[in-house]
Amino acid sequence: MILEAQDVRKLYGAYVALDGVSLSIREDEFVSIIGPNGAGKSTLINVLTGVLAPSAGRVRFRDRDIAGIGSAALARLGMARSFQLVQIFPELTVLETLQAAVVSRQGRSARLFASLRADRRVRTEALEVAALFGLADRAHSVARALPQGDKKLLDVASAFALQPQIILLDEPTSGVSTADKHAVMEILVRAAKQIGLRAIIQVEHDMDIVFGYSDRIIALHQGKVLADAAPVAIRADARVVDMVIGRSAPC
Amino acid sequence: MRTPVGLAVIGVTVLALPLVAAPYYVTLMLPFMAYGVVLLGFNLLFGYTGLVSFGHALFIGVGAYTGAVLTTKFGVRHMELILLAAALAAAVVAAPVGALCVRYVKIYFGMLTLAFGMVFYTFLLKFYRLTGGDEGMRMLRPHLLGHEWTGFSKTAYLIGPYYYFSLAVLALATLVMWRIVGSPFGLCLKTIRDNPLKAESLGVSVPRHRWYAFMISAVYAAVGGALLATPTGNVDPTLAYWTHSGNIVFMVLLGGFSSFFGPILGAFAFIFLQDTVMSVFPYWRLIFGAVLALIVIVAPGGLMGLFTRRPPVEAARP
Repeated sequence: MILEAQDVRKLYGAYVALDGVSLSIREDEFVSIIGPNGAGKSTLINVLTGVLAPSAGRVRFRDRDIAGIGSAALARLGMARSFQLVQIFPELTVLETLQAAVVSRQGRSARLFASLRADRRVRTEALEVAALFGLADRAHSVARALPQGDKKLLDVASAFALQPQIILLDEPTSGVSTADKHAVMEILVRAAKQIGLRAIIQVEHDMDIVFGYSDRIIALHQGKVLADAAPVAIRADARVVDMVIGRSAPC
Repeated sequence: MRTPVGLAVIGVTVLALPLVAAPYYVTLMLPFMAYGVVLLGFNLLFGYTGLVSFGHALFIGVGAYTGAVLTTKFGVRHMELILLAAALAAAVVAAPVGALCVRYVKIYFGMLTLAFGMVFYTFLLKFYRLTGGDEGMRMLRPHLLGHEWTGFSKTAYLIGPYYYFSLAVLALATLVMWRIVGSPFGLCLKTIRDNPLKAESLGVSVPRHRWYAFMISAVYAAVGGALLATPTGNVDPTLAYWTHSGNIVFMVLLGGFSSFFGPILGAFAFIFLQDTVMSVFPYWRLIFGAVLALIVIVAPGGLMGLFTRRPPVEAARP
């Protein structure tokens, strides 16, 4: 078991955002979390990534309690994430963005006098990640000048540059055109294999993507787990179809 | 290639200046070099980390008073020791102040630094027995590289040995800062400036890096403050007053905080502009206010932004 949540509750005042959520992520799994707006997906992602401490319950990553430890500490432990709204460093180049991830992973982010320019290992590794995500020819482009799709890829690529054991992707194809979303997912899956990623969790609304790539789907509704099963079983679950997916789900 | 050639030309000019320029203009270079050191550190916090301190004069005051106390009360006259002590004193003060301030950002960070600056200013003003109150303290002429330079008049000392000593300190401070901003640490500061949330998700400890940047900038300010005290021969609480902190912010905006050398250019322009305007117009702050407004509205990249066009797509910053 890589990641495990046990009976997690999260309250915002009187509002119950998560109500006894339990889930586990095993090695080599691609798990999608789905649910309507307000189901608690974003809260769950924030609890799983240590940004929010649960009001009750436990979250364990590789047998270590990670409740509320913060995303920086969690990234250093081997869990990375990307965001629903694209998060980039506008004034940095693609190469610099990926270099920052590489030096952070190496635990060298506080090195004051090491020359980054002379460090070929960091540069090579950053360029390899850029190539993996089709960004090599834009390595010296400033992030703010990239097309929206490339910004999204850079956001995800920088998380992959951490070489995490598990990655949480919050709507990885949001903001990407319909024509490009499968290409983006193919890049993600290929990159995951290449860096030896142990598991992927994604929150996604696009059912084409969810059913096309997931080994398992967890459906949330009103802060509770409505179903946790393989895609075939989810598609056959009338409650999930009615409350989460809708009748026009892909077959 | 243009940058090294330009730097070489500037270097030769600055080295030759005491030989060719009138002593008055050479002495004007002394505060420029002291502020150059201060601003290099200030811009690590402002331009590279995205935190605007409105109380940085606190650390200039710490450096200047360290020099005054050491020379007048303890008989320590070696400038190298004074600079080390100033740096140490600033680090000691900046450690708790920075630890508190970096937990806040934007206007809250600025106001907290301003508050600490005013606390120190009031301490200097009111603890007369320790600090000399509003009269301040004398800064005795320091020895440089083990020499007393007794055969030199005050002016000859300032435009000779002290000029080259200050230049060497500025050059060393510039080289060290160049290494810092080109290091993994410098890159991580830029990620924090651009997007702290994303930086945190990549494993960069945002508060820790901000604190380090605060400490380094404080050390630079104190070293600059100690250099600043010698030419005037006296230190007083106005060194730590908030308007002095405002001048620091103004200098960085004037030179351009997006460029490594912008703050140094800002210090140079400020000192010589102030001297020129003050000599022809008594209400020099009126002119400076208008200049500041003009910079913010018309040239947010400062003077350096006028010389170097910011590349829209391909980046080339250190």
